[in-house]
Formats: sequence, structure tokens, C-alpha cells
Amino acid sequence: MAATHSLPSRERLWKFHGGIHVPDEKSLSNTRPVEVMPVPGRLVIPLQQHIGATARPAVKVGEQVLKGQLLAQAEGYVSASIHASSSGTLVAIEPHPVPHPSGLSALCAVIETDGEDTWAELPEPMTHYAQLDASEIRERIRWAGVVGLGGASFPTSVKLNPGPDQRIRTLILNGAECEPYITCDDLLMRERAGDILAGARIMHHLLDGPRILIGIEDNKPEAIDAMRFALAETDMRGYTEIRAIPTLYPSGGEKQLIRILTGEEVPTHAIPARIGVVCQNVGSAAAVADAVLEGRPLISRIVTVTGRAIVEPRNLEVRIGTPVSDLIAHCGGYRERPRKLVSGGPMMGFEIAHPEIPVTKPTNCVLALTETEAPDPGPALACIRCGRCAEVCPAKLLPQQLYWHARAKDLDRVQDYNLFDCIECGCCAQVCPSHIPLVQYYRYAKNEVWAREEEKRKAELARARHEAKQVRLERQERERKARLRQKKESLEAGPARSGSDQDAKKAAIEAAKQRAAAKKAAAAKAEETDDA
Amino acid sequence: MPRPIEIRTSPHLKRAISVDRIMRNVVFALLPICAFAVFQFGLSALLLLLTTTGVAIATEWFFSRMSERGSTVSDWSVVITGILLGLTLPPGFPLWMAAVAAFVGVALGKAFFGGLGYNVMNPALVGRAFVQAAFPVAITTWTPAFAPGRFVELIPSTLTMPFMRPEPVADWVAGLNLDAWTGATPLALQKFQHIEVPLLDNALGLVAGSSGETASLLILACGLWLAFRRMLDWRIPLSVMAGAALTALPFWLMDGNLYPTPWFVLCSGGLMLGAWFMASDMVASPVTARGAVIYGVFIGSLTVFIRLFGGLVEGIMYAILLGNAVGPLISSWTQPRIYGVVKKTRESSQP
Repeated sequence: MAATHSLPSRERLWKFHGGIHVPDEKSLSNTRPVEVMPVPGRLVIPLQQHIGATARPAVKVGEQVLKGQLLAQAEGYVSASIHASSSGTLVAIEPHPVPHPSGLSALCAVIETDGEDTWAELPEPMTHYAQLDASEIRERIRWAGVVGLGGASFPTSVKLNPGPDQRIRTLILNGAECEPYITCDDLLMRERAGDILAGARIMHHLLDGPRILIGIEDNKPEAIDAMRFALAETDMRGYTEIRAIPTLYPSGGEKQLIRILTGEEVPTHAIPARIGVVCQNVGSAAAVADAVLEGRPLISRIVTVTGRAIVEPRNLEVRIGTPVSDLIAHCGGYRERPRKLVSGGPMMGFEIAHPEIPVTKPTNCVLALTETEAPDPGPALACIRCGRCAEVCPAKLLPQQLYWHARAKDLDRVQDYNLFDCIECGCCAQVCPSHIPLVQYYRYAKNEVWAREEEKRKAELARARHEAKQVRLERQERERKARLRQKKESLEAGPARSGSDQDAKKAAIEAAKQRAAAKKAAAAKAEETDDA
Repeated sequence: MPRPIEIRTSPHLKRAISVDRIMRNVVFALLPICAFAVFQFGLSALLLLLTTTGVAIATEWFFSRMSERGSTVSDWSVVITGILLGLTLPPGFPLWMAAVAAFVGVALGKAFFGGLGYNVMNPALVGRAFVQAAFPVAITTWTPAFAPGRFVELIPSTLTMPFMRPEPVADWVAGLNLDAWTGATPLALQKFQHIEVPLLDNALGLVAGSSGETASLLILACGLWLAFRRMLDWRIPLSVMAGAALTALPFWLMDGNLYPTPWFVLCSGGLMLGAWFMASDMVASPVTARGAVIYGVFIGSLTVFIRLFGGLVEGIMYAILLGNAVGPLISSWTQPRIYGVVKKTRESSQP
């Protein structure tokens, strides 16, 4: 660190703790240009491809739809719209298996394509966006259904609206692409550097003029050159820097990249905006440029199809909703039977149970790994506390302690060890000599904590209701006693009245009735307390 | 096409390393030390090492069968325990006592806690501590290094029948006609007669002592090899050495005639073997980097205090066992500052 200290601040890079070097295997897929996949016969477009609320269908089954037509409207603030990625007939809106670690199904719009690929009428390009109001541009980005294309798929328009009291000083474009095998951002930067920068310029406008830092791992020299070349052509040089960062997984993690480029750390439990930083994937920047400058919604993306089990690994420009099996077939199919089929990278991706699941907005890679690349690690042994996991943890946690407490289901201790600062990068599991699936334990513990909190919330609600009932019963009892007293007083006041006999009888019956009711209430109360 | 149903979570790639590879590397690092022990003390040392290792393996196999978890012998960790135990015993130690030590070490020190990864203390040292208490005379009976005929005859005490008193070795040693032999290790000489053996003899292992602890430089080299291969945490042995040397320094400066020199402290007894191969036992040492340093300094310093002021001549064994015991506490005191927390205060740990 001392050596870099003397460098001017704009050149300086920082380090994050830990990280690992994994063979990057990028040359498998980055030697061929991106190829556009032909329109498939059938598109299965999930209505939720983002973090937040499911979009509400805006079309009816049986309708003809056009390419770029709105299929489902964003519902609520944190949500994203879904568009048809080619023209054809909407044949169904029904549950289909979707890319999700659970392997479960979710609501999808199924389109039988007509092969015409006819565009719907698109909104006007906003070429003079600099003169437009920020909210109008954000609305366009929201309409286009742009989400984070790096994997988390958080709606981009929300990220670009940090609120009036949050000054954004730095916009970071994430071109690190630190996961092994994946090269879709690499190819995007090589082929569409201008569009990425145009998108960054729009974001720069929306965020009120922050400096822009673009971080790219130094194992992508062509991408770095292409981006630098493109930057030289723009008017953005005054506030934009492209920085080659050392190749080290997971330097593309949002928090890690912020640390590398700015030296600052996102406070635990906070979002980057807290320290005046917004981080966007390069793919999202290009999608923003398409939406604003062309009026085109996000209906396709670049997907890396790779792994040594694939005959011709490459990058494809794929319509959202295309089945994964089509992608594999387009790349020549399998060279050998894969042991694993993964959506995403080898470090954080999840295994695909059904190869016919569709490509969605966050699908950056389809990975078919051979037995040699991903052999069965065998059963997990006991932790020998070697400490390798703690050495590589980019959040500087103590993974073996987390594991220990997660396994014991000690949810309080596991949070004391900062479970929720775990970014699930998988470094710890990768270096674990006992081959313990550590990340799985953390995911499990996180879910347990969430479930427990939900349970707590429910119990709290039940308690509040019980207390309210108790207060009500007491009040009723008081009122009843008051009524009785009043009645007694009035009786005592007029004892000489005729028919008092009958009244007394009536009163006695009434009193007995009330006694019975009170008993009942008391019994019910006792029961309730038991239940509680 | 059919797909394997088994679904695992990320990461998916081939793992970089495995437990048995780490353990095998530790065994490789111990082999030169074993070879030197046999070269130095002859057949008796060889039989001792074979006995401890064999009994340790048998015990591990027996208990892993009993627990129905399948054999855990193949992870090689018990081989390390057996070898280390043999290296820490006197070369003429009766074999049946060595077998007891190996059984107790693996059974009480490891299997009863749940096997590899769950033991609180170093199993080899648990076994040694047991026989130190049970057979105090045998474990302090030393024989000279490089005795003539060591490759053809055994030290008489080696083949003592079980539950019999070992044959005294004094007559046998006298028959060897060694001029310089006093019957004491360098540590005892220094402690009781304030005579320091020459540094070079001590460092190269030309002196009496436990079968595998004398060749300090060789042990250092083997340990460094392991550390460079990143198979052990270098912080622990270095801080044990630093802790021992720095604790010994002021006493030596105070009275150089009475107290040993720091380099004597480092090269004598089991300090080097303990620091590099026993204190560094991953399972029983703290998991944090700062904790490892504190733990190491604690062990080194405690060793010197036991040596200088305790009733015992050597202190590394008890120092390591005590260090093992306080390890978890040290770990919890030395939690690292995590990403995104500026200062570890009560306020900032709240969301």
C-alpha cells in the first residue's frame, strides 16, 4: 500500500480483504463475436424477473402481440415491466419452471412466435434528454423494464433515484466480471462501448453530475482498450475514468468494487447511496441507452454459453424467454454429458433442474461443466478450523464460526458473527479442505432468521390483540358492575312500589344470567390465556 | 437428455485442496525429523515411532467403527498424532507405555470429543501428559545420542514387559564408555548446574533429549517448508518463538550466569517441535489472525516461566495444553473488524 500511496488519487486503487484466484476460463468463450440467436418457436417470459413485486399482466390470452409490446405492467415502486421479445400469439399465462435456485414454477407469458419479428410502435427517442426533467427520463427507464443485469436484477430506475437528501458523488460502472467463465460483459464492452458510455452519460445527468469510475478487471485488455477508445470520442472525459483493476474474485461484488475504486466501505446494513455511491452494471448502462435514446425496451441480452461440455462456447444475443436448451443446441450441443448445468457463474450460479427454463433478464451465463471441471467433492468432513475461509472472506467474516453456529441453529450467535454481511460469494466454500458447503449453511441460517422474525412479528400481533381483548373484557365488566349498582340504587330508592315482587324476581333472574355470562367469559379468558 | 438429479449449491468448481492432502503434507514434513531421530537414537527410536503410530491408527479405527461413522483413518490426521507422540517421548521409553500413551491420546484426546475437528487439545500431548503423570521416572530417563551399536541393539528399557518396572539404563550406559555423558538433557544441565551446552550441538541435535525434539534447525526447516506451502499458520510458531525469546531476554540480561540465553531457550527441549508442529495444530488453536499471535506468545512465554521457575525442567507441553484451553476465549476476543464497520463499538454494531 505504501508504494501506491504516493500516486495521485485518481490513479490509486485500494484492496479488499481476501478474495481468491480461480482459473478464469474466459478464453473458452471470448474469442468469437456475439451472435444473434434466431427467434425461437416459443417464448416463455416470466412475469417476475426482478427484485420486487410481480408485474401485472397487461394483455389477454389469445391476443396478437408485437415485439416490444408491454406484456405486464410494473406493480408498485420496486418492480419492472415485462415486454414481448418477438411478435406472435399469446397462447397462455400459466406457471412454468423459471430460473430460480428452488427449481419451482412461476407465472409466465407463453408466446407462439410468427417469425415476422414485427416491432410494436415504440415511444419517441429522447435524444435531447439533457433538457428533460429527471423524473421523465426515469419513467422511460422504468417503462423499458431495465433492471441490474449483473445478476441481482434490482430495478435500475429505483437505483437512479437516490432521493433529494442523498448527494451521489460517484457513479461506478461495474465491468469487472470477476466470475470465471462468464464473458458477456467483456464482449459487450468490446462491441458496444459507445452505448455503455451513452448510458453512463444519461445516468450522470439523472444523478446530478457525479464523477464516473468504470472498473474492469485487467484480464480483459481488449475491453479496456475498446472502452478507452470510445471514451476518447465523447465529451465525458472530464468526469470519467476507466480503471483496470487486478483480477481477483470477487472484485466485481458491489461492495468490493466500491472499496477498490474509492477506498470507502459501504456501512454494514446500508446501501452504497449512504456513502454517495451508485453502482451499475455495464449491461444496465447499455440498456438505459437503448431505452432513452432509441425508445427500445429491454427484451434481449447477451448470454455466455460456455463450459467444457459445450461444443462451441460463445456469447449469444438472446431474446428474453428463449429456452436454455435452444441456446445449448445453437452452440453445437454437448461435447460430453455435463455433470452440472448452471445458470450464472461457477462461484455463485445455481444448478438448473430443467434445461427448458427460459433466459431471463439476469441470466448472464449458461454453464455446462464436465466431470473434470466440477467433480463430486464427496461427503463433507468435519471442519478442522484451518482458517483458510477467514483468510479469503471479502467481508472479513469468520466463516467457520458462522458455520459452527448455523449448524447448531444458534440464530442469535450466528447474527453476532455478522451473518447478514455475508455476500455468498463462495470463496470460503471453494477453499474449504473439508469440502463443507458453507454457503448453503449461511443461506439456510438467513432463511431461518427471516422466518423467525416473521414468526415474532405474528406473535407480537397476537399479543397486541389479546391485550386489547383483555382491556375490552375488563371495561365490559366494569360497565356491568356499574349498571348493577345503579339498578340496586334505584331499587333501594323505591322499595315501596307495587309489583316490586315481580321486579325483584326479574332482577334475580337477570343477576343469575349475568353471573353465568361472567363465568363463561372467565372460562373463555382462562382458555385464551392457556392458549397464549 | 437425462440429468443427474443431485443439485448442489454454489460454488460448483473443483475444490483446491482437501483435508487429507494437508495432513499428508504434515506427515511428509515430519518424515525427515523421524529419520534423524532414528539416525540419532537407533532401533529403539524406530520401534517407538512405529508403536505410537500403529496404536494411534488402531485406536482411531476402533473408535470410528464404534461410532458407525465409517473409518476416519484415511484423513491421515491420526498418523500425525502417532508420529508426534513418538517424537516427544524419550528414545528408550518402554514400548508398552508408549502404546498406552497413544491409546489415551487418541481415545481421550480426540475420539471422545467426536473425532477430528472437535478435539479441544492436541491429542498427542494429551497422551504424553497422561504418561508423564503415570510413569514419571520412565519419561525422564534419558539415553545418550549417537550411542555406538544403536542400530544393532535396543536400549534395555525399550522392551520392558507391560506393568513391569523398566530395567534401569544406567549400567547399560556405563557400559558404553561415553566420557561426556552426565545423564541429563541440556535443559536439566542448564537448570540445575547452569551449564549451557554449545549452541551448535543444541541446534543440530547432537544432544540427549526426546527422540525427535533435539534437531532444532531441522525442525525449523521442515516447519518452514510447510508454512511456505501454506499448510500451517506461520503466525503461531513465529509468535511462540518470539514469546519465548522475549520472555527469556530480560532474565538473561539480569543474570547471565543463572539464566539461559534466548537462543538456548529456542534451541533446547521441545520448543521448536512444539512451536512448529503442535501449537500450530489447526483444530486446537484460535481461528483469528490476531488470536493466533496472542496464543503463540502466551505459549512461548509460559514455557519459559515453567522452565525457569517451575518444578519441571521442560514446560512446552503444559504451555501448549493450556494454550489450547484458552484458545476459544482468545478467538472470541479477537474478532476481526468486518467490512463496513468503522469501529467495533456498541453503537455501530446496531443496525
